Parts: sequence; C-alpha cells; structure tokens
Amino acid sequence: MKLLTTTLLALLAFAGVTHAAKVELLNVSYDPTRELYQEYNKAFIQYWKGKTGQDVSIQQSHGGSGKQARAVLDGLEADVVTLGLGYDIDILADRGLVGKDWQSVFPHNSSPYTSTIVFLVRKGNPKGIKDWNDLVKPGISVITPNPKTSGGARWNYLAAWAFAEQKVGKEEGRIREWIKSLYKNVPVLDSGARGSTITFAQRGIGDVLIAWENEAHLALQEFGSKFDIVTPSQSILAEPPVAVVSRVAGKKGTYDIAHAYLEYLYSDEGQDIIGKNFYRPRSQAVAAKYASNFPKLKLVTIADFGGWRAAQSKHFNDGGVFDQIYKPSK
Amino acid sequence: MVERAPHGTRAQLIMAGATQTLTLPRFAATRPATEESRAVQWLLIAIVLLFFAAFLLLPLAMVFVEAFRKGMRVYFETLRDPDTVAAIWLTLKTAAIAVPLNTTFGLAAAWAIARFQFPGKRLLTNLIDLPLWISPVIGGLIYVLLFGSQGWFGDWLIGHDIKIIFAQPGIVLATIFVTFPFVARGLIPLMQSQGQLEEEAALTLGASGWQVFRRVTLPKIKWGLIYGVILCNARAMGEFGAVSVVSGHVRGRTNTMPLHIEILYNDYAISAAFAVASVLSLLALMTLALKTITEWRAQRQFRRALH
Repeated sequence: MKLLTTTLLALLAFAGVTHAAKVELLNVSYDPTRELYQEYNKAFIQYWKGKTGQDVSIQQSHGGSGKQARAVLDGLEADVVTLGLGYDIDILADRGLVGKDWQSVFPHNSSPYTSTIVFLVRKGNPKGIKDWNDLVKPGISVITPNPKTSGGARWNYLAAWAFAEQKVGKEEGRIREWIKSLYKNVPVLDSGARGSTITFAQRGIGDVLIAWENEAHLALQEFGSKFDIVTPSQSILAEPPVAVVSRVAGKKGTYDIAHAYLEYLYSDEGQDIIGKNFYRPRSQAVAAKYASNFPKLKLVTIADFGGWRAAQSKHFNDGGVFDQIYKPSK
Repeated sequence: MVERAPHGTRAQLIMAGATQTLTLPRFAATRPATEESRAVQWLLIAIVLLFFAAFLLLPLAMVFVEAFRKGMRVYFETLRDPDTVAAIWLTLKTAAIAVPLNTTFGLAAAWAIARFQFPGKRLLTNLIDLPLWISPVIGGLIYVLLFGSQGWFGDWLIGHDIKIIFAQPGIVLATIFVTFPFVARGLIPLMQSQGQLEEEAALTLGASGWQVFRRVTLPKIKWGLIYGVILCNARAMGEFGAVSVVSGHVRGRTNTMPLHIEILYNDYAISAAFAVASVLSLLALMTLALKTITEWRAQRQFRRALH
C-alpha cells in the first residue's frame, strides 16, 4: 500500500511539472523536417515576440509520419501536426482530434510546401542508375523506409507504382509483379525516412536511396562529395500537410498561436526558410530564387490514385497490396 | 552479536571436514584440474581476450574517440546544450524514482519468498522474472494500451487531465517495469541459503519485527542488496526499447539519454551523439566499478552463509 501511494504521489508530482503554465507549442512532425523546423521555429519565436510581445517556446518531435500520427492518436499532446501526407491527418480528423475541414483551413490544401521523390546514389553513380527501371535489376540494392510507418515510403511506393503503370501497362497483375521485383531488392526497411538516409549514407548499405528531394539535398550538404542526386524521368508531387490539433490546442488554450504558427509558414520569411531547406516553396517568387535546386520533371499526383483514403486502403492497410507483395528477404 | 552464534557451530563442522581432506594421498591434491596442454590453455585464453577486445573494448574506445573527434570545445558545448542537459536530468530522475521503488518491492518479495510458504509462491517467483522474458517494447506497449488515449483508462485520464503516456510518468513506469526483477532476483537465493536461525534467535530474545529486519536481516543481506540496486540502476539508465515506445520523443522534454543519443545521431550530429554516449558510458563504467566491489563483498557474504 505504501508502495502504491509513493508511486502515485511520484507520478502526480511529475504530472504537475508537465502542466506548468507557459506558452508552449508541441509540433509533432515527420522525419526529415528536423532542420527545417529548427530554423523556422527560431524565426517564428522572433516574429511572434515582435508582433505580440509574448514569449513562446516550441517543442519538436520527429519520427515516421504514420508512427507520429499514431502517437498523437494515443495521446501525445501535439498543438500542431506537420506530417508527411494527408492520410495521416485524416485519421486524426476521423477521431475528432483535428477539424474535418482541416485541408481547407490553410492555402494549397494546407500544404505550405511540396516535394518530390528522387534517388540518391554513390558518387559517380557506379551502378549507372538513371530511372526507376534500373531499380528492379537483379543485384541492385535499394534503400527505402517502411510504408507502414513512414510517409515518405508511401510516396516512394506510389511514385514507383505510377512509373510501372507507364512501363508495363494498366494491367494490375503486371504492375504488382514490377513492384514486387523492386521490393525484392530492398534489404532493410527503416521506420522513417531519416533512418533510411542514415542506413544509406552513414552505414554505407545499398546502391540507391529512394528519398525525399529535400532529404537527398540535405544528405549532399552533410556528406558532400560522397553522393549524387539522380532525378528520374517521372515522380510524384508530394504535398506534406499541416494542421492544428484543435482538440489539444482548444484544451490548452493555444489554438490562436498554433494557427498563427502554421500560417506564418506561408509568409515570405517562412517560404524562404522552406526553400533554403530544399522543400519546394509555394510562393512563385521564392520558388524562382531556389529554382536551380528543383529540376522540372513530370509529376503524377495523389489524385491519380483516387486520393489518400483510396490509396491507403488499397495499398497500405493490413492485407493490402504492399502486404501481399512484400516478404522480408531471408 | 546475535548473528554470530550459528557461524561458530557451522565452522566447527567445516573443520571436521577439512581434517578428512588432509588424509587423502598427496598426488591427488596437487594434480592439475585440466588435462589440456599449456598450448591449448594459452590458445583458449588468447581467444577469449581477443573476443573481449574486439567486441567490448574496441567499441567502448570508439565511443570516446568519436566523442572527441571534433575537439574538446564541441564536446563540452554538446553537454551544455539544453536538450542534452534535460535528457541527462530526466535519466537521473527516472532512475532516482524507479530504483528505490524496485528496491522496496524486491526486498518485500525476497522476504516473502524466502521466509514463508504460501499458495502461489512458485507462480510469484516466476512472475518476478516476467520482464526479463518479454521484449521491452511489449513492456512499453502495455502502458500505451492501458493509459494511452485509446486505452482502457484513456478517457478517465483525459477527463482528469492526467498525462502518463508521452510524459515523464510513462517513462518512469516503463523503467520500473523493465528493472522490476533485479533486486528480488539477487536476494531470493541469498536469503534462502542464509536461512533464518539468527532472526529466530533475535525474536526469542524479544526483538520486534522491525528490529529484527534492521539489526539482523539487513546487515546479513547488505552486499547482495547493494549489488541488486546497482544492476537495477544500470538498466534503468540504459533502457531504450520500453522507454522509446512511451516517450513521444519530445526534445528537451521526454527524451532520456539513450533516446537523445539516437536523435542526435539521426540529426547527423554524430560527434554530439557520441559525446552523450560517452557520458552514458562513464555512468555505466562507474556502475561497473561499484558492482565489482560489491560483487566481491557479496560473494564473501554468500560463502559465509553457505558454510
């Protein structure tokens, strides 16, 4: 009994600490946005202080997009979510954590930046990887994260699917075979995009990393001379969305500042930080400034898959196409 | 004084045994314990030492080499970073709560199991080991299923505005879960082998239950207990899996040192990651030194109890 009381007291003491009143925002984000939000948070704190005189501190949590959505669903008290794809916010909307109309709250489907999927290869491209078709060749080792937990991995998969559709025709059996041969070349599925980048860049595993464009550029910046970026003939337009978690922000009384935090992503300063961190800005002017980083290529969109809900239930839910075609090698 | 008496009687028995040993033929006493040639012995020792160097010493040395790769300044700047300081504090705080609780529990459990017969005793003995059998990840998930907002107590906790999962209480709970067995596991065999003659003697001399525990039992098991506490503490500070599941990975808030190391590593802050790793290693090495000392003393106590 004494033990129990001590435990409870200790737990309550901790709970008390975490409730200390102060303007704090928690941004639960996906994996590759670490550097982006580190820089953006500083800018926003300054902007907000200048505008309102109020001090705000912003906490960050990063991980695979699906995993992060799951954590928010399980009670991680995020004021805002900035995730890898719309479906991960849809499931929060389904449980009433985020408003049903979240995608129309901010401009451009609530996606302040876009990105796409490219390849990162070893310096000089020794395996001669030019396009998606080179990834299914025998003996090529491909690194991509797990579509079950990672948003980037789902964009990777769908971009590959769209290419296969071009290549082998509309017949789905043949597309599946193509995708299957791609994943046969994947030796390890990390749970988030950053994990895969580390596997490829730091641990030196694999011939090619299928990566977010921003993640590929960042790896070049970090590891400079060791890699090249290869832009395939076609890819997918990735729209990583943002939303205020209204249930949490409402309870904490942070809704307005959370809203302002996301809105400022669309400002000139916000867009410039976005461009600087290798995300494609929405603002035409800022996009022009960073145009050299972003080659034009043919992009399919999630609408070509009937939207995220359809894509999710067909491909990534339990028993979906991915489960049917993927068997861990050895 | 009370606990001395039985030792005396047992020591006499041992001495009786010793006289018998002396009557054995002399060559039997000096024969080596193994038949292998010197070369084989040296080879075996060399293999063990090589293995030890390659798989333990080398990685450990690497941690410190990598930590200082970018120089002393980067090293100490990392350790001054608020998120790092918060992670170190959280780790120490978690251990400071989990270890005393598990010590109390371990003592109570060992006492009950060694001293009393009761139905379900064998089951309890096995259940104490449960956290050692199952993956720590499952240990963490149990708490998400119980206290997560989709979990059994989720609505009640939200209604009362109590945060457990993705906050520090969850981290403490998960740590308690994985470090549960360490104190009890060490004490049960010790207390069983020691028997309770001294305690019974103290009781007949009129000592109260608390006095018996404080003045008789506690001194008898002191080193075994400290050993268990140290092991428990080492695991509490180093735990990754279970804590990772319930942490939520909020920087400067719910990251313990092992989690913070992973985050820094994934941030491409390799030197910083190893700097924090070196602090964790130092804590572990200190624990190891303490452990070696107590182990030696505990063994002495254990041997004395057997004789």
